[in-house]
Amino acid sequence: MARERLRTYAWEVPVRLTHWIFVLCMVSFTITGFYIADPYVHAVSSDQYIMGWMRYIHYITGYVFLVAFLVRLYWAFVGNQYASWRVWIPLTGRQWKDLWGAASFYLFISKKPPYSVGHTALAGVTYFLVFLLFAFQIVSGFALYSITHQGTIWTLLGGWLTGVMSLATIRMLHYLVMYVLLAFTVVHVYIGWYLDLKERNGLMGSIFDGYKFVTGKEWE
Amino acid sequence: MGRSSNSKQSQSDGTIYESLVNKGFSRRDFLKFCTSITATLALPVSLTSKVAEALETSQKPILVWLEFQDCAGDTESTLRATAPTIGEVVLDILSIEYHETIMAAAGHQAEKSLMDVVANHPGKYLAVVEGAIPTKDGGVYCCIGGKSAVDIAKEVCGSAMATIANGSCAAYGGIAAAEPNPTGAVGVMDLLPGIPLINMPGCPVNVDNLIAVVVHLLTFGTLPATDKLLRPYFAYGKRIHDNCERRGHFDAGQYVRQWGDEGHRQGWCLYEMGCKGPVAFQNCPSIKFNEGTSWPIQAGHGCIACAAPRNWDDMAPIYAKVPSVAGFGIEASADKIGLGIAAAAGAAVVAHGIGRMVSGGKRPKDED
Repeated sequence: MARERLRTYAWEVPVRLTHWIFVLCMVSFTITGFYIADPYVHAVSSDQYIMGWMRYIHYITGYVFLVAFLVRLYWAFVGNQYASWRVWIPLTGRQWKDLWGAASFYLFISKKPPYSVGHTALAGVTYFLVFLLFAFQIVSGFALYSITHQGTIWTLLGGWLTGVMSLATIRMLHYLVMYVLLAFTVVHVYIGWYLDLKERNGLMGSIFDGYKFVTGKEWE
Repeated sequence: MGRSSNSKQSQSDGTIYESLVNKGFSRRDFLKFCTSITATLALPVSLTSKVAEALETSQKPILVWLEFQDCAGDTESTLRATAPTIGEVVLDILSIEYHETIMAAAGHQAEKSLMDVVANHPGKYLAVVEGAIPTKDGGVYCCIGGKSAVDIAKEVCGSAMATIANGSCAAYGGIAAAEPNPTGAVGVMDLLPGIPLINMPGCPVNVDNLIAVVVHLLTFGTLPATDKLLRPYFAYGKRIHDNCERRGHFDAGQYVRQWGDEGHRQGWCLYEMGCKGPVAFQNCPSIKFNEGTSWPIQAGHGCIACAAPRNWDDMAPIYAKVPSVAGFGIEASADKIGLGIAAAAGAAVVAHGIGRMVSGGKRPKDED
């Protein structure tokens, strides 16, 4: 090891906590959501309540997800520099340059890994898009929920969307975006593992304890 | 109207109640009708006497029934019954001055009677519209007596006391306005925004709801409260799914999976067969059709959301749970697209992993 590695605190507690809540929510959403879209278990007697429970869990998860989303959004404004909204949106020339740097690394155009203490510029933009999809899932989910739960709060959270598109279209988009988020998860885990191997920076562990191991290149 | 030849004579004066008595209905029948119509309108039972009073005292309103791009299905729904119910008779004894399907007059004579109503009773007659109104190419796709549907609707609905857009075509354009809508068909509310209008979508309209609107108008002098789509809340305020008799099977997880399978014979939920009850709003489960005999889901077929705007486009295919995605061809369900996206992500990951091995897979040296 030519350079000493610094143990650097990157991900604060709210960042890690909301990350894992999102993960658990997505597992719950996918299991129950797939059932709601296409019931894959069939009741053998009418005293069962399978769809009832699936929908109930889906709704509870929806509330948990909404709260985690709002907490993470709040933390984008008060958290440390790695949690800031500024890493989500490429506003500086440096970010655009790094964006291309990371993309060319993944596409085998460049061999230089995108060293970064926090997110790479590409990851930042991706998470911004993922957050937009999260927001869409929240709005469309509450739009469908508002069919039977009428009131100002549901209208604000999503009911207004029913004035923009039909309920069937909302359902279809809510369902399609789930697939997009599942696809994101596949790539997200793979890239995390890949960068961890390439940069040996403890990236995979960092989402558990918050610490990354940096060599100094990240500061350049 | 058509069924009884003597109704023409008795229409000019007299109240609805008198006409009913003349037709042989008892006072008891009349009060039963008033009670059920009050319930249909979701009004408190104490208002039954007000409804009865209105029908006893109010003069029969003049009504004209216009048909444009339609199949006369709403007319059929209104007229067809094994025995005339008191509700149908109420419609019968309205002074229907014009109705192409059932009136005796023909040709210029018929058109004249329509224009006489508009000229002699402006603001005092009811207009019922059945069918969509084509607007493309100057409205040439539907002309009656040399006049386009657009012009007739403007003239007749424009000076009516109120217009009832009867059935989904009159309300939203319906199947005539479905993609690609070659005739530029629209519903009354899009052609004549701002006129006193109530939408009674459905394919066909539920005649009990139609009668309830007329009774509301006679009793209170106003149209009932409506939602954003101008549909009365009493008939379109509740979701089919929430009042469905098969709802217990939905919550339990018991679904029809194939027409005629065990679940279908047991009367299980039609959700997997593409039932649109979860996104459709109407009171079908409560009042049903044909004198409360049955309704589509009771008969074993899913709801097609016939009272929803653009249902032929947005809710299609009828027999699929999730609508197909526009722009990907007719076979592209959301499932196929979604699995394609997920598979593409997996393939990209695998390709990247292979690419990494091929390109040497060397870890960067820390000295870099």
